Amino acid sequence: MNVTTADDTTSTGQAGPLTGTTDRGTWREFFVEHAIKAAGISMIAIVGLIFFFLLREGLPTLGEVPLGALLGTRWYPIEELYGLIPLVIGSLLVTAGSVLIAVPLGLTTAIYLSEIAPQWQRDILKPLIEVLAGIPSIVLGFLGWVALAPLIQSLGAPTGLTAFTGSLVLAYMALPTIISISEDALYAVPKEYRDGALAIGATQWQAIRMVVLRAASPGLVTAVMLGIGRAIGETMAVMMVTGNAANMPAFGPAILFEPVRTMTATIAAEMGEVSQGSVHYHTLFLIGILLFIITFAINSLAGRLIGGQEQRRKRGQI
Amino acid sequence: MTRQQAQKIAVSAITAAAGLVVLPIVLVIVYIIVMGAGAINWTFLTALPSEGMTEGGIMPAILGTVILTFGTAIVSIPLAIGAAVYLAEYAQDNWLTRAVRLAIVNLAGIPSIVYGLFGLGAFVLFLKLGTSIIAGSLTLGIMTLPVVISTSEEAILAVPQRFRMVSLSLGATKLQTIRHQVLPQALPGILTGMILGLSRAAGETATLLFTVAAFYLPRLPQSLFDQTMALPYHLYVIATQVPNMPLTIQYGTALILLLIVLSLTLVASVVRTRVRRRREW
Amino acid sequence: MPEQNHPKISLLDVTFRYADETEALRKITLDIAPNQVYVLFGPSRSGKSTLLRLLNRLSDLTEGAQVSGRIALNGQDIFSPAVRVAALRRRVSMVFAIPTPLPGSIRENLTYGLRMAGATDPLMLEERIQQSLVQAALWDEVKDRLDHSAMALSGGQQQRLCIARSLALQPEVLLLDNPTSGLDPLSTATVEDSLYELKRSYTIIMVPHSVQQAGRVADRAAFMLDGELIEEGPRDRIFINPTHERTESYVTGRFG
Repeated sequence: MNVTTADDTTSTGQAGPLTGTTDRGTWREFFVEHAIKAAGISMIAIVGLIFFFLLREGLPTLGEVPLGALLGTRWYPIEELYGLIPLVIGSLLVTAGSVLIAVPLGLTTAIYLSEIAPQWQRDILKPLIEVLAGIPSIVLGFLGWVALAPLIQSLGAPTGLTAFTGSLVLAYMALPTIISISEDALYAVPKEYRDGALAIGATQWQAIRMVVLRAASPGLVTAVMLGIGRAIGETMAVMMVTGNAANMPAFGPAILFEPVRTMTATIAAEMGEVSQGSVHYHTLFLIGILLFIITFAINSLAGRLIGGQEQRRKRGQI
Repeated sequence: MTRQQAQKIAVSAITAAAGLVVLPIVLVIVYIIVMGAGAINWTFLTALPSEGMTEGGIMPAILGTVILTFGTAIVSIPLAIGAAVYLAEYAQDNWLTRAVRLAIVNLAGIPSIVYGLFGLGAFVLFLKLGTSIIAGSLTLGIMTLPVVISTSEEAILAVPQRFRMVSLSLGATKLQTIRHQVLPQALPGILTGMILGLSRAAGETATLLFTVAAFYLPRLPQSLFDQTMALPYHLYVIATQVPNMPLTIQYGTALILLLIVLSLTLVASVVRTRVRRRREW
Repeated sequence: MPEQNHPKISLLDVTFRYADETEALRKITLDIAPNQVYVLFGPSRSGKSTLLRLLNRLSDLTEGAQVSGRIALNGQDIFSPAVRVAALRRRVSMVFAIPTPLPGSIRENLTYGLRMAGATDPLMLEERIQQSLVQAALWDEVKDRLDHSAMALSGGQQQRLCIARSLALQPEVLLLDNPTSGLDPLSTATVEDSLYELKRSYTIIMVPHSVQQAGRVADRAAFMLDGELIEEGPRDRIFINPTHERTESYVTGRFG
């Protein structure tokens, strides 16, 4: 590697300088260590670049379409109507529906896994949930399209392609996120808490409800938030099963059973057909900016909650 | 209602909910296998599509997905491992590190369609790479970074501190210690993260829409600057855009995609348990 | 050239402060002559291990900690910016309380330090392997299975391997941080016996397992308490006739 070091070791150890001039070996280390540091810091640059390119293509909209028009209730690009409200409502409806399904299911499954299930069941269930996380969204979307939608229609809905169908598919896509993060949070609750509650005569359910869930609540909130983030950004499955109607839904008891179109699906469906640089093109990027900001806010908040936990974890740095 | 009754009801309800989560997963997989298995034969896997995709095979789509997965690996793995080593071994607890961590958390949360927009704006148009394998690989590679970084960092942190101390006290430099002790011992975890990240990239559709995917390309890509078909997008196309598409071909395509992605997931978990068992400390 | 009149290691007014300003060592001044077993003893948290780690700058790893004063090896300041830490650690090598073989064979363990220093000559490496194993009294037990995993050795053998691994670097100073803590009495005796041989070629600074061990192996000893050096001197004076009252009560087992 270098002359000085080789001298150190071939000597009897009684001589040889402790000091060395900068040689090839240390130059290489210097270079590699800076490359490592650059790799870390590049993550900030990447997020910055993503936002920059979204702004670059999306901001011109604000000069082309008056703000009032963007806040309109009709999305009809052929007639130059770029009201984003129905798309935002579509996203909110589908996401809210999926949260209503996924949060109770996900939290209870996490409770089951960490508090109730015997080891052998855990050994089967956890890989299965990993499998669910691994199924590509397009495959779930495909099944929603060919199998689930007809099923829902046969139950009496005018069409099977509704916000609810999307919510159902989305719920299962958000479940692995919700389950694994809330299970971690439950797992992190010290055993003494449970034992303490049981020792003063609480039933297992009381111990879970009053002690474990309370202690794990920041982690559970994080789980739900990341689940929402996952749901709001999902594209393909939602595009296939929600019917793609960019109308204002009729507010009423059956609101979840109407076709809608989400922000993500709008970008996916229309970007292929717009001409580059057109108002329509810019507006689709503006929707991208909105999505970026929404998920950035959700994840920064959730990251903060997780970050607090991580601080407490002992770090094994050199 | 007594406390004991409440306990019983609660446990039953929780168990039932867990069942509601798990059963559909099994159902989905079994259903796709049953419906799709009939379509799969040698021609289906190796032939080009013909008759407007209603006949022939899906070979270009399979090949495209394989190429894109490799491209994703080349883009993301060196950068991700570098970032993981930085966070685990070099980063001090200061504002810069917190900013890097915040950036990674947010990269993980950006919707894939937004990555697609970014790829379109940055690689396809700004760098003038066109709709191409290279633009798609770059976009997918960046999308895959957070998964690989966080699993790798965890694997690196799990290497016991005493190995670092021993290596350093024998006169190894910090970088030599990382290279000869930390990374080899963290390798299983890093591999798991890499494969998981790649399996996600292989199944990704929205990112491909504007960066790489060809609707119908009855030939193989000629260079990195060529478009390619890819399995997930192909499934979308034949399911929703092509009238009179035989259902078996659709299910067959879904099955192949599922097999590729899930076998990657399986490989990842085998690597993890295998090497964990062989480890001696 | 070992200079008999000059100390191998000398500390002058050394203070070690953690990031939170607590002082782990206060104003330590101490000279350690070559070719002897020098024992640092005292109750836990007295600063003896911290002092040991300062001598080959493993203390650099403690984030935010500060050192003041001067530590010299053969008269050369080890904290001088010109010193390469890796070279220092090859000359002042550390053996830890928990035997920690690196993953890999016995041979790979023994040559690790040399290979990291860029040594490639196979003859030299072989020679060092044999030499160091003989010195650590392990040669006869492992000479036929140098390519077996080091993890398969017994605890006592692992610790002697760790000593041999440091010796393969032919250091000047060997730092032993409670090297027999996990060992059975027989292995402990083997390690202690090997020290008599080793001090002919090396300067050994050791944190012992117990006062008894300190009394058995030390040529010279220093008693430490709460980060301060209470007194130091030749073994017999420290253990039989200590000047300081607190040293006496510790040695005779009245506290600690």
